[in-house]
Amino acid sequence: MHQVESIQPEPAASAAPAKLGRAIVLTSGKGGVGKTTTTANLGTALARRGSSVVMIDADVGLRNLDIVLGLESRVTHHLLDVLEDRVTLDDALIADKHSENLFLLAAAQSREKDEVETSKMQALVSSLRERFDYVLIDCPAGIELGFRNAVAGADEAIVVCTPEVSAVRDVDRVVGLLGNRFRPQLVINRLRPQLVKKGKMLSVEDVNAILRLPLLGVLAEEPEIVVTTNRGEPLALHKNNATGAAYHAIAARLAGDDVPPPMPPAVKPTLFERIGSLVGRKRT
Amino acid sequence: MIEFLKRLFGHQGSSTTAKERLRLVLMTDHLELAPEMIEQMKRELVEVISRHVEVDRERIEVNFERQDRTLALLANIPIISVNRPNGKHEAAAASKPAKAESPKKAATGNGEAKPPTRKRRRRKKSGPQASTAPA
Repeated sequence: MHQVESIQPEPAASAAPAKLGRAIVLTSGKGGVGKTTTTANLGTALARRGSSVVMIDADVGLRNLDIVLGLESRVTHHLLDVLEDRVTLDDALIADKHSENLFLLAAAQSREKDEVETSKMQALVSSLRERFDYVLIDCPAGIELGFRNAVAGADEAIVVCTPEVSAVRDVDRVVGLLGNRFRPQLVINRLRPQLVKKGKMLSVEDVNAILRLPLLGVLAEEPEIVVTTNRGEPLALHKNNATGAAYHAIAARLAGDDVPPPMPPAVKPTLFERIGSLVGRKRT
Repeated sequence: MIEFLKRLFGHQGSSTTAKERLRLVLMTDHLELAPEMIEQMKRELVEVISRHVEVDRERIEVNFERQDRTLALLANIPIISVNRPNGKHEAAAASKPAKAESPKKAATGNGEAKPPTRKRRRRKKSGPQASTAPA
């Protein structure tokens, strides 16, 4: 997807040719569905594939992405410092602890969303696209100015949805607001296969029968996410974890690799089913 | 009792309920997002009804309401008069309902085809709303 632009690269970046990276906004409408966690893990997975990635925390006033990445102690400057020309971009970019080629531009914590100028945000994202393969924008919840600013510079969208009525409704609304320009792709997060099997939770098919979006990934509800977030290290660092691996599959699919379509996480057999399969009468 | 048994054996998971609620709520949402469409529908409804009765255009209310498992269109259209707006005979129009596709067509068609009778001339004068009126 990279195109070499004809314009001259800046002197500072003269070693690498100017490129046109992809600016992808991660959004959902509803809060608490896992946008920030997905941003952190997708950023990590993409960087581990060798791409250069910058993550922008666009949730001005409620800075969180730094926590999930374990970078909170390294934040000295933030998005608004850059937008308001107090510091250079390079001063504000925070290198990730765990992965090379992964950077964070933190949100301002003591400022408000309406202090961001949409045109400046657009300009920032387009300058970042010249330096990075991927610009991931972690959008705040809601559909107000914060959302519009986060979306302004992006040219693609990933919508994160949990299998709940409220989350699906909000994603439906957000997709309507995004229109066709962003070619939104869907990540279903926090699926509990056991509940789906019992008919107690909306399935991937149920959700996408309504949203009808290209399915980028399905992630199970994962207790390890709590643990890794406590520690400030994205789960995508652990490929042996099924959810960690699922983030890498999302990254591969996003990069255009020919990977199998996303599958709902496997249901762990219940005790009865395991006994049954031992006896050899029943298989799960 | 049946409800209790259903719940006990979990015949129908709550995901079915979730799906149903989602379907309805989105239908309502999409309607709310399309106010122009609703306005257009209102205008067309009024147009059709005015062909038969005179309605109070100022006091028309068209709403969508959730009813149990469906979405209902509720229209409250106050009628001023059941007679034709000009108080002419309904029978005149009712006798030729098939020809009266649109006001203009009905008027010119009648004029050319046959020598105008008294009744027909009256229809012409009574304007667009007098055109169609199946009994």
